[in-house]
Amino acid sequence: MPENTSTEKEKPRIGVFICHCGSNIGGFVDVKAVTEYASTLPDVAYAADNLYTCAEDGLNNIKDSIKEHNLDRVIVSSCTPRTHAPLFQRTCEAAGVNKYMFTFVNIREHCSWVHMKEKEKATQKAKDLVRMGVARARFLEPQEETKVDVTPTALVVGGGVSGMTAALSLANMGFPVHLVEKDEELGGFVKNLHGLMMTTKSANETIKPLIDKVNAHKNITQHLNSHVASVEGFIGNYDISIGGDGAEAKEVKVGTIIVATGAVPLVPEGLFGYKEHPNVITSTEFEELCNKKELPKLKSVAFIQCVGARGQKVSYCSRVCCNVAIKSAINIAENRDNMLGVTEEKAAETGEVVEEPAAEKKAEEEGSDRRRRRRGRGRGDEDEAGEEAAPSSGVEVTVFNRDVMSYGVEHELEFNKAREKRVKFVRYLPDNLPKVSVKDGKLEVGYFHETLKMERTMPVDLVILSTPLVAQPDAATLSQLLKVPLGQDGFFQEAHVKLRPVDFATDGVYVCGTCRGPADISEAVSQAAAAASRASIPLANGFVQAEALTSIVDETKCTGCGTCVETCPYSALRKNEEGITEVIVAACKGCGCCGATCPEGAITMTHYTDQQLLAEAKAALEEV
Amino acid sequence: MTEKHHTAHHGKKKAEADKEWEPKIVGFLCNWCSYAGADLCGVSRFQYPTNIRLVRVMCSTRVSPHIVLEVFEAGADGILIGGCHLNDCHYMTGNYHTEKRVNLMKRLLREAGVDEGRLRLEWVSASEGEKFSKVVTEFTEEIQKLGPSKIHTDDMMKAKVAAADDASETFRLKALVGKEFNLLSKGNAYGDKLDPEKLSGIIDVATEEEFERALILELARIRPISVKQLGMVMEVPTDRILRHIVLLRQNSMIAMEHPEGFTPLYKTIEIGGEQ
Repeated sequence: MPENTSTEKEKPRIGVFICHCGSNIGGFVDVKAVTEYASTLPDVAYAADNLYTCAEDGLNNIKDSIKEHNLDRVIVSSCTPRTHAPLFQRTCEAAGVNKYMFTFVNIREHCSWVHMKEKEKATQKAKDLVRMGVARARFLEPQEETKVDVTPTALVVGGGVSGMTAALSLANMGFPVHLVEKDEELGGFVKNLHGLMMTTKSANETIKPLIDKVNAHKNITQHLNSHVASVEGFIGNYDISIGGDGAEAKEVKVGTIIVATGAVPLVPEGLFGYKEHPNVITSTEFEELCNKKELPKLKSVAFIQCVGARGQKVSYCSRVCCNVAIKSAINIAENRDNMLGVTEEKAAETGEVVEEPAAEKKAEEEGSDRRRRRRGRGRGDEDEAGEEAAPSSGVEVTVFNRDVMSYGVEHELEFNKAREKRVKFVRYLPDNLPKVSVKDGKLEVGYFHETLKMERTMPVDLVILSTPLVAQPDAATLSQLLKVPLGQDGFFQEAHVKLRPVDFATDGVYVCGTCRGPADISEAVSQAAAAASRASIPLANGFVQAEALTSIVDETKCTGCGTCVETCPYSALRKNEEGITEVIVAACKGCGCCGATCPEGAITMTHYTDQQLLAEAKAALEEV
Repeated sequence: MTEKHHTAHHGKKKAEADKEWEPKIVGFLCNWCSYAGADLCGVSRFQYPTNIRLVRVMCSTRVSPHIVLEVFEAGADGILIGGCHLNDCHYMTGNYHTEKRVNLMKRLLREAGVDEGRLRLEWVSASEGEKFSKVVTEFTEEIQKLGPSKIHTDDMMKAKVAAADDASETFRLKALVGKEFNLLSKGNAYGDKLDPEKLSGIIDVATEEEFERALILELARIRPISVKQLGMVMEVPTDRILRHIVLLRQNSMIAMEHPEGFTPLYKTIEIGGEQ
């Protein structure tokens, strides 16, 4: 190993490496002059310029100089630490200099590239920035990164499709999983549904294999009728208390946590005559009626979309309702599995009513058959065989919508299919909502016909309100227990909307499924698999390494006022038995909030101490 | 403003001196948003004046009033603090605390008679490179208009900024401002959310009192001084000064010294061990 003999008491020996970055810096800053200036600064033992410091010879120059000049801290003055700090830190470590003894000075993004027409001033600024870096470097101290062991067990909260998928993924990787479900059985929201989009299987048939696999898996411990009662600890080491109905709380230790608590449909109190007439129901209630085979006799059905959504009770689009309505509309039109309960006798009874639309339908189907044939010709005839004309149920289906959000390839095809089945899509505007009323004991929907520009009414037997999925009412409780945020709409909020969609900002806790926002089953399954994969990383590693950017509490100064404990967004601070604050290093992210808050000045931020920051900032103000 | 008029109308010599003067601006940028925004600004080659010198911190919440006030004391003409947009903080709630802290810094700057325009808080996201260049350009122009900071040259102002710095480090202000965000958003221990205006009023009063006490200590550190003199220098009614003195004496922070005739003088007790 190299001779990194310097101790803290010895005078620092700083090496400064200034990069031309080709002409990116060299073209706008006099790099030679900056290098010369750097060599005159206090404690600088060596200063050099490189054409490209990040290239092989640049890195070798750093390594060789560390040995040759016995450097104990290194400054690279080039581009941005956000991209290149890890590279130079590894180089330092390879030559025996602790990575926290490295300082980055940005003279490209923050200097040469933004002052391209003022070489003299840019050069002066580069000198100042290097002087600031040197001032900071003089106060740096080596840091040890702590490794924290991880309990290789996971907790999944929620036994719906997302939760079961996540639990199975982790269990298949070999990790024990505790699956907590508040209901008495697995299956979540989907278990109450009748039909699903894009499959002819019923909801129960679809999720049964998943439930069977979960039930059979030896790595999964189910906690039914249970909820998470308390959460203590941090990534790798959570102590979870699982409470049940009347049962004694069970204590489990886990390393990572997946939140998959799902969502609930909005109850449209006071909207569109809901609860005023028994035949005004939500789409979820429609599914339940289908399951029970208790649908009323239907001649005409109206769906009303966006009930309470998109600016009414909630601001967002619930993403799934259009496709659910299309699915249900097709099923009604096709009378799938005889869901309408139309027996032959009944059909005969209502013959005259059925006939007319059926005739229409036939003509339409012939038309669409022709279209299909035209399309099908190129692809061969096999399509034709399966495409017998769908039996007409003779029920008129109208979907009142603001816009039909049948996104993607499959949903668009379903939308087309619905139109082929003569499902009517009638658009309404948010300032002119359809009105549901009762006339002579019969339901009717009044609406403004956009094309005819006139008010129309339509008698209907059933109004199905498509209401959005909303957050679980107890989401706030879990969010507080886990210290993870909820967004404005009460759904759990991921760490980054684009780049970290299944992580929480808090390490060790992950999110998937509709508790993060409306999603259909395939989306929820993808998210669940992703969350399981993210959650398995610490479990598989067996440890987490915390960056040594943490707070340190001076026990002699701390009075236990607790202000820091309140402000820490990660619960990384807690009071010990003596009432003094202590830092949970693995949970601390080093933001410095507690450091700036502590009324007693008892908290120091490693690597960003007051001394280091002030030295750097004040060096900017020195007269040269 | 008056200084600007001077520059416009008075002798050539002064105009030249002002021309040479370049504002010194220090920026504290959070690693995740505003520093990245400044990086993008560079990558996109948006140009801005060379006066600013940037210091990277992990989160804007790290920038305590003490750091800002001490950098002002050291001669900065302007200080910029950059953070993520509200609700976008990498550390969830950091920038909300930053906002509260900056409010305190501005209160203290007002107390010290420093134009609060010298301190600027901006939310710049990682995608707002152009915004960063605009912010820096605007801020530099603003500081140019305000002229050189007098903290270095004016002894009274220096004492006042030092007092503001000391006041910012008192338990009372730190605890109040540290808890401010949670008191407003989550409520107190009983779950009651405080009225923002009421809490703001409480902090205003605390700031004024702590600043005055810190300034008394600052002035009485230079030489023993009477209540009357303090009242004159600080432009604060003497009964108010006297009440501060009583409290400071109870806390053994100030001592009566050499009463000359009927007028007692007060001198700050230097506490050993503290820097």
